Amino acid sequence: MSVFEKMVELIVEKLGVEPGEVTPEASFIDDLGADSLDIVELIMDIEDEFDLEIPDEEAENITTVKQAVDYIEKNIK
Amino acid sequence: MKEKVVIVTGSSRGIGLAIAKSLAKAGARVVINSRSQERINEISSELQREGLNVIGVGADIQTKEGAEKLIEKATEKWGGVDILVNNAGINRDNLFLRMKEDEWEEVIKTNLNGMFHCTKASIRGMTKKRWGRIINISSIVGITGNPGQANYSAAKAGIIGFTKTLAQEFGGRNITANVIAPGFIETEMTDKLPEKIKEQMLGRIPLGKFGTCDDVAAMVRFLASEEAGYITGQVLVVDGGLAL
Repeated sequence: MSVFEKMVELIVEKLGVEPGEVTPEASFIDDLGADSLDIVELIMDIEDEFDLEIPDEEAENITTVKQAVDYIEKNIK
Repeated sequence: MKEKVVIVTGSSRGIGLAIAKSLAKAGARVVINSRSQERINEISSELQREGLNVIGVGADIQTKEGAEKLIEKATEKWGGVDILVNNAGINRDNLFLRMKEDEWEEVIKTNLNGMFHCTKASIRGMTKKRWGRIINISSIVGITGNPGQANYSAAKAGIIGFTKTLAQEFGGRNITANVIAPGFIETEMTDKLPEKIKEQMLGRIPLGKFGTCDDVAAMVRFLASEEAGYITGQVLVVDGGLAL
């Protein structure tokens, strides 16, 4: 499973959206209806799933699905 | 309360033990805790003999590791934590001029840091389940202050601010967070006070008697219930009117 596919799975589970809505350009807050706590939880889910640690300063810059995927692919162990 | 998993910190005696018993009798699965595994095993076997669904976990919740161990054991056994009762507390009383740094540190560490670590380790599970109850045991002195208890009242007031913040951050996840502020309750902690002070206190209590651990446990049982689901961020005072 690609990082993107895995992300779609995480986001669908967390935010209760349809898989089709999770496009690379989709913004978590504006397009997928996430609130600030959802974002924090999603970041923690990503950390668990991909076994990485995302510093707060980096997490702040992750607002779209693509940004998350790019970050994971760059930092995955 | 049926089947709900509860952790009560500092529950080998006093108010904590009464809370654990009361919730277990109401049908909850309860994890009791104290620093010493040996001590908590004794208590948990006793409660199990009474037919209560209880396990004992020895863990020092002042530390992150201790708190994580406590929550892990609960999760291993029963799959997660629904209700967390942060009860563990100590006092090291001294007039402020005489208060040593270690008396300050110790009280803050157990009463405040312990609550931080335990809440941190258990709340994520609650957010996932979209159901949770955090019940923090403060004290009336966290509201009024009390000579000789600068450290204790600071910690107990800290609990109130902490809880009100949690109530706001996690309301959207159907997690409620409330504080109970007991007044003068008959426990080993208050038993140590000089008779003269006790008499003075008694004179200030409109209901004319000291509270019991069960009085506090009854409030916990209510806050933990489904019926209390619309109450959050509140300080419930159980003090016989002492602070009026």
